[in-house]
Amino acid sequence: MTLLRQNFIIILVFFGMVLSGLIYLNHNQCRCNQKMKEQGIINGGTDETIHPRKSRCNQQITEQGITNLEWKQNTFGLRSSPGLLYNQQSALVGSRTDVASVTSWSAPIIWEGTFDSTLIDSIYKQQNLTIATTAFALGKYVRFVKDFLESAEQHYFVGFRVHYYLFTDQPELVPEVKMGENRSLTVLKVQSLKRWQDISMSRMEKLEKLIESELASEANYIFCLDIDTKFYGRWGVESLGRLVGVIHPWLYDTSRDKFTYERSPKSQAYIPAGEGDYYYAGGAFGGSLEDVYHLTKTCREQMSIDAANSIEAVWQEESHLNKYFLLNKPSKLLSPEYMWRDINASAAQIKIVRFTNVPKNYAEIRPNP
Amino acid sequence: MMCIHIHHYSTHTHNHATPRNQIQISKSLTVNIRPKWKQKTFGLRSLPGLLYNQPSLLVGSRTDVASVTPWSAPIIWEGTFDPILIDSIYKQHNLTIATTVFALGKYTRFVKDFLESAEQHYFVGFRVHYYLFTDQPESIPEVKMGENHNLTVLKVQSLNRWQDISMSRMEKLEKLIENELANKADYIFCLDIDTKFYGRWGVESLGRLVGVIHPWLFDVPRDRFTYERRPESQAYIPAGEGDFYYAGAAFGGSLEDVHQLTKTCREKLLIDAANSIEAVWQEESHLNKYFLLNKPSKLLSPEYMWRGINEKAAQIKVVRFSNVAKNYAEVRPNP
Repeated sequence: MTLLRQNFIIILVFFGMVLSGLIYLNHNQCRCNQKMKEQGIINGGTDETIHPRKSRCNQQITEQGITNLEWKQNTFGLRSSPGLLYNQQSALVGSRTDVASVTSWSAPIIWEGTFDSTLIDSIYKQQNLTIATTAFALGKYVRFVKDFLESAEQHYFVGFRVHYYLFTDQPELVPEVKMGENRSLTVLKVQSLKRWQDISMSRMEKLEKLIESELASEANYIFCLDIDTKFYGRWGVESLGRLVGVIHPWLYDTSRDKFTYERSPKSQAYIPAGEGDYYYAGGAFGGSLEDVYHLTKTCREQMSIDAANSIEAVWQEESHLNKYFLLNKPSKLLSPEYMWRDINASAAQIKIVRFTNVPKNYAEIRPNP
Repeated sequence: MMCIHIHHYSTHTHNHATPRNQIQISKSLTVNIRPKWKQKTFGLRSLPGLLYNQPSLLVGSRTDVASVTPWSAPIIWEGTFDPILIDSIYKQHNLTIATTVFALGKYTRFVKDFLESAEQHYFVGFRVHYYLFTDQPESIPEVKMGENHNLTVLKVQSLNRWQDISMSRMEKLEKLIENELANKADYIFCLDIDTKFYGRWGVESLGRLVGVIHPWLFDVPRDRFTYERRPESQAYIPAGEGDFYYAGAAFGGSLEDVHQLTKTCREKLLIDAANSIEAVWQEESHLNKYFLLNKPSKLLSPEYMWRGINEKAAQIKVVRFSNVAKNYAEVRPNP
């Protein structure tokens, strides 16, 4: 063979390889787009439930933007089983006359007595739900994990599928806790941080990334809880909703101008006097994956802007959460039964303590004052 | 500006063809059309700087009524919602609310008052598209409509019995949603025509599946609800069961949910007809059965479907929508 021919063949082969490479990439891209398109249509709401699919597509597309995430379907109605028996509720007698059970934008406020647990368990059992639940235990806070998980196994979404995601800088210190059927725990290692305020605030970004990378098509709902807490009573499906805020246990009987909102106009979390609905606890919030993703992303962005302007909101991410909930009304509120002061603290309206802070010596456990 | 589109419309064939529905649909053939539902991904976004009074947590706005059901669906009464706040929230969503009524036979006489009063009180400031089914399109009066409000008149066959007129609505609604609305409206309300608006009916009424509490049966134990009590009927609800008694004259929700409701009721009515049984309150009985097994996500108090403008009850602070006085013997085609 002549040299020319040889070169020609080499060039041809090279060309062929490049071409195949391009075709392969294009094919992949097309498949990805096709899948996204199918998902896009289905997200409009059909009767079908999608089986969660994890694929490389998820990863590729998340780099481009949030609108391409595949959210697990939440198009269920409130189907009740025929023949289920429970007491009649009157239209004229509120179950609780000492509290408000609905907000001015018609979101229900969940207190003991305002819901029928038999009925709602029956409704939600039909939906094959997965509830993701996140907690952060860094530094000495790892000591709270055992009680948190053990008490959750007793009271938190009992009988439903729960997947805990525990962020910690010391995975080796996380104790073994016996879990019920349909319950699982994933431990995620994170870097240590020096300031408790930074630990608190960094949660927003970690939650945002967790939802993006893991949860979007795996869970129907998510709750993000503080770890220095314990469950003492039922926390169940009555708490589920698109966007769920919990009323702060120290600030539910206070005029809005005394709420500890961020009051400096320089902060993104600023809420002026004369505005505000409730003061929400940073220690517990939740909702659909999509809504909580938007919440955590927004809070993370706002905190970034504040940091760039050398300002830290008075109650860290809780201030930003409150700003978010002012502008994006929760679709459901949980009473302070769901985030209480202390198991030994009482208040007239609190008939049951479901979830509460546990006593601690802040000076001792926090890495800084 | 009023836009009237007159379509010839029947349950069996569709004369105006839309690309998705070239097929004939007959009663016995259920074709699984998958409508593409209009996207609904709104949150409840509030405008920065909007001012309103602080809500209290320890004082219910209404202490004389229940404002939430045992499955945590809100019950809408005057005082339980802030109209400024919710109007502001929903204005951001560019909503279209479809609204259906049926005026057959002598019931066309109610159309003028219905539409005129709706223009005064019903979703004022929002986009509303009325769909009026009638056997006499020529009798429909001209009613001046606000901007963003439209009327489509759909011709249907006359029927001899008022019960049949009432029951046939379910199928017509099912088909209307499938053929026309699925992609176009965000919410739908299906209302009786022999009625009139007297007060605000607004976005506080919106939800995925919305039932209205019957004005004569809100203060009554469930065993006295006029549910269908014969086990032979698909609408049967035994004693000891039931949440509320819902009015057949007003229900609504998302297109998808109301499609499921109307489809199910139509199917159940058909089974009953095949078994020669007609439920005691026609499709209202089937609606109540549906709402027992598929809980509404929101309830409207009897303010939203009242007995008559001159009727009073302690808990009714505002009459928003009400039956109008009529001589049943005179206006119905049969007793």
